[in-house]
Amino acid sequence: MSHRLPAGGRLIDRSTPVRFTFNGRYLRGFAGDTLAAALLANGRTLVGRSFKYHRPRGIVASGAEEPNALVGLGRGDRFEPNQRATTTEIFPDLAAESQNHWPSLDFDVGAVNTALARFLPAGFYYKMFMHPRPFWKHVYEPFIRRSAGLGKAPAAEARDADRYEHFHVHVDVLVVGGGVAGLAAALAAARTGRRVLLVEQNAHWGGRAPVDGGEIDGKPAADWVRDAVQELDGMDNVTLRTRTMGAGVYDHGYVLAYERITDHAPEDEAPRHRLWRIRAGQVVTATGAIERPLSFAGNDLPGVMLASAVRDYVVNYAVAPGRRTVVVTNNDDAYRTALALHDAGLEVPAVVDARPEGGGALMAAARARGIRVLTGRGIAKVKGLRGVRGVGICTQAGEGGVLDVIPCDCVAMSGGWSPVVHLWSHAGGKLAWDAEEAFFRPDPAQAPSGAAGTAVTRAAGAANGHLGLAEALADAVRAGAAAAGTEAGPAPAAAAREEAPMLPVWVMPANAAPALRRKAWLDFQNDVKVSDVMLAAQEGFESVEHAKRYTTLGMATDQGKLSNINGLAILSQSLGEDIPAVGTTTFRPPYTPVSMGAIAGEARGALFQPIRRTPLHGWHEAHGAAWEPVGQWRRPYCFPRAGESKPDAVRREISATRASLGLLDASTLGKILVKGPDAGRFVDMLYTNMMSTLKPGFCRYGLMCSENGFLVDDGVVARIDEDTFLCHTTTGGADRVHATMEEWLQTEWWDWKVFTANVTEQYAQIAVVGPNARKVLEKLGGIDVSKEALPFMRWTEGTLGGIPARIFRISFSGELSFEVAVPANRGLELWERLLAKGEEFGATPYGTEALHVMRAEKGFIMIGDETDGTVIPQDLGLDWAISKKKDDYIGKRAQARSHMTDPARWKLVGLETVDGSVLPEGSYAVAAGRNANRQRNTQGRVTSTYYSPTLGRGIAMGLVLNGPDRMGEEVAFSREDGGTVTARIVSPVFFDAEGEKQNV
Amino acid sequence: MLTLTCPYCGVAADETELHPGGEAHLARSGPDSADADFESYLFLRKNPRGVHFERWRHSHGCGKWFHAARDTRTMQVWGTYPAQVTEPPQDLLAAIADRTA
Ligand SMILES: [Zn+2]
Repeated sequence: MSHRLPAGGRLIDRSTPVRFTFNGRYLRGFAGDTLAAALLANGRTLVGRSFKYHRPRGIVASGAEEPNALVGLGRGDRFEPNQRATTTEIFPDLAAESQNHWPSLDFDVGAVNTALARFLPAGFYYKMFMHPRPFWKHVYEPFIRRSAGLGKAPAAEARDADRYEHFHVHVDVLVVGGGVAGLAAALAAARTGRRVLLVEQNAHWGGRAPVDGGEIDGKPAADWVRDAVQELDGMDNVTLRTRTMGAGVYDHGYVLAYERITDHAPEDEAPRHRLWRIRAGQVVTATGAIERPLSFAGNDLPGVMLASAVRDYVVNYAVAPGRRTVVVTNNDDAYRTALALHDAGLEVPAVVDARPEGGGALMAAARARGIRVLTGRGIAKVKGLRGVRGVGICTQAGEGGVLDVIPCDCVAMSGGWSPVVHLWSHAGGKLAWDAEEAFFRPDPAQAPSGAAGTAVTRAAGAANGHLGLAEALADAVRAGAAAAGTEAGPAPAAAAREEAPMLPVWVMPANAAPALRRKAWLDFQNDVKVSDVMLAAQEGFESVEHAKRYTTLGMATDQGKLSNINGLAILSQSLGEDIPAVGTTTFRPPYTPVSMGAIAGEARGALFQPIRRTPLHGWHEAHGAAWEPVGQWRRPYCFPRAGESKPDAVRREISATRASLGLLDASTLGKILVKGPDAGRFVDMLYTNMMSTLKPGFCRYGLMCSENGFLVDDGVVARIDEDTFLCHTTTGGADRVHATMEEWLQTEWWDWKVFTANVTEQYAQIAVVGPNARKVLEKLGGIDVSKEALPFMRWTEGTLGGIPARIFRISFSGELSFEVAVPANRGLELWERLLAKGEEFGATPYGTEALHVMRAEKGFIMIGDETDGTVIPQDLGLDWAISKKKDDYIGKRAQARSHMTDPARWKLVGLETVDGSVLPEGSYAVAAGRNANRQRNTQGRVTSTYYSPTLGRGIAMGLVLNGPDRMGEEVAFSREDGGTVTARIVSPVFFDAEGEKQNV
Repeated sequence: MLTLTCPYCGVAADETELHPGGEAHLARSGPDSADADFESYLFLRKNPRGVHFERWRHSHGCGKWFHAARDTRTMQVWGTYPAQVTEPPQDLLAAIADRTA
């Protein structure tokens, strides 16, 4: 049976039918329908199963606050779970599927949980699934994961097929919400000439006013909305956006908004979502109000809906959620629903009004149409299993004895309204309790303030607690004018609100028996009932934040938009406190979920993080480099030949280098110039060594520590001239070290005459390594690199084979080695000429892994391997590089702290397995006994471990308790399989301990 | 997300352009300092609810370090000033005292 009414529907286009699928079955709607409207029009009241009990659930709301009607949308790479049917506009061939049921929506095995509901109270997970411990991993967790959860995750191999983008804007006034209040505020601000951005989450302007009726400036609300939008649209200083949700308000007027550009038109080429990053001088939140459900037994059955939503479906979409609708309320507004249903020719057997005296003019209007009104009454329980069959009527003041049963197929409930204060609260705005309307409203005395210390956010209209049309418009004009820094002009004319006072109703009936409270839902999405919150209070969860986490109230994807105030009221009632004394939980952005794609924007794939390329990058790529990311650089790990494995390539590169000639692209090494009359004084503070005594033309290896004493970087310093030092840093450390230098110079020693410059990318640097290194440089010619002219730890400059070059005679491999720095744009030329001239020596490019193995064979430490932020140079046997003569250096004082001088600190040693195998990375040396956590005690750990092709066995370095005093001792190291492997403590220098190879 | 005006280049910089540096006007404790003084210098930081003098670097801008006086509760920025001072400028302190009294 179609639930589409023969006439009406202000948002649908009956001339454009739209075919879509729900759970694989074709259904029809009209252009302009939301998925929820179209499902209701097709008589689909059951749309999902609840989270915990798998109870049948239907559509409750008509907008962003919907807790139940979550569906999976799209297919394959475009599949997305947990989308709200109420905010999804239908389009041809839209594919939707219901969630959280097995095997089917209509027959769900998990619904057995409902029968067990008495045994699944608040905190059940915490109480029940703790013991016995092993059960958690093998029984409880798999069970919970299968039976709980909402939609399914997209397939692991799926890749989001859409485009997303960010948009940065600066405006004077941002107005969030395009209802009549938002429009009025925007007009008031825009007429001053200020730059105004107005965003509305729905596809339509005007909010509730066109549905709720009333006249503005003598015309129907819908006409006023149309004219207001037209006026705004004609102003150059105004930007309007529908389908754009104000997601979060942050400090200093920073706001994120989420625009869904093509969700309703997927064939469009535009990006799917756009994240607006807005810096607003002033923010006006005209975000309206949300109706509250009433807590009566069976209020979660499909067919029980918010009264305002029922009215929306009838007026906006010409959809009848039911044929016979009982309206239940504690306020006047719900009578508008009764009137709308009656005017649409639908039956309203009764309005059940909890107030003993009933309502005002709207009640009279309902009675005048012949609608039966029951005052002082409530709903004891809703009858039906998968849908509403009728309601049992009781006195509101009683315990729920049923006086009468009214057959119906829909219940329209209204527990009053709550202003949408989320955005106001995000950036620190405080709330005040309004006892008359029983809601929290923004407290203007405690508004979010900006950099100047004055208010930057104002609430307007219903979001500010003004529920009447005239009051909302006047408030909005005030807010808009104030945001623009001007006096408010006259507000659009509308009739003042004439409604009888509402009556706070937190449980229906007021003294509902326990059996009824156990069926009265507060949070539909997370299955939290009145009885759960009462139990939490009884068990001592008195803080609202604790009760929330214990019961999971408001923690679902709807963030408790419907449940928060009702749950809070139940908690305060149970605690015997006033609602404002209990307070609210924290409102956190985003207001409704934002897609991960929108957050990522364009930053994915190649644009996720820019890659830094050395001048030789293209050559490496063309020659089959296997890449290793080092910071943002890509460095060749090795150069495998056709058919060669990476370990084989590494071994070949090492053997070739040690035997004859290897070439390494060392361009990524940090190069920082430190220059000025006080440069020597400055490098003496930066390094643990005495650097100021270094003579021009000389090089020295140096260590840098943090003020905390820990070793943070190392490298060779070359003194260029009296005023200038060139500091080499690690590849990953260059930017950090340079920033540290600047920090000290700018904030501590600002009177020292020193400049620094990070020149890392100005040079290509090539390490020419191996017994034939000198010969190949001599073949290039132009610079004397003889033993006499350029001894170890010296540098020289000149023209090498026609290329201006600096040559540093330094070695990180133990071989005869020269690092040649040339201008970046000459790097490739030098590299190719070295390869050509070195051909007779079998010149072999090598990568980072060969570099690492060769430095480990020599016992050289590597920042990030031997150091991890807790290691001081003294741990690594580097005392020789710490000056005893200097009064001070960064980290010196910290290294004198008792823990740093503790003789029990683990110290660097070499490790050789007895069986020659390679020690596992990160392995710990085990000691006798166990610690308080029942883990094995430890006495050391592996910091570097490799297979050494030079020695034909595994070699490692590690930090071991009293290690240097235990040479030759055997220690057990843990393996991943729980066993151990025995290693002997040896010197960390495994190869050429005398340094004969580099000293030629 | 804060906006702070860099006193060097005059740019009203978004927080994403800036790098935070914690409490301002720390006096460095050198090699011969007492344990308690060094602990205070290295580890103990003010965390007031109210005006906080703090360091920032315009790291994605001119690269300069500067100081800001910011209210940690209201996010009010009382002012920014260069890093090369050992205490906040007197006129800034006076303005804060004047308006928070
Ligand atoms: Zn700057």
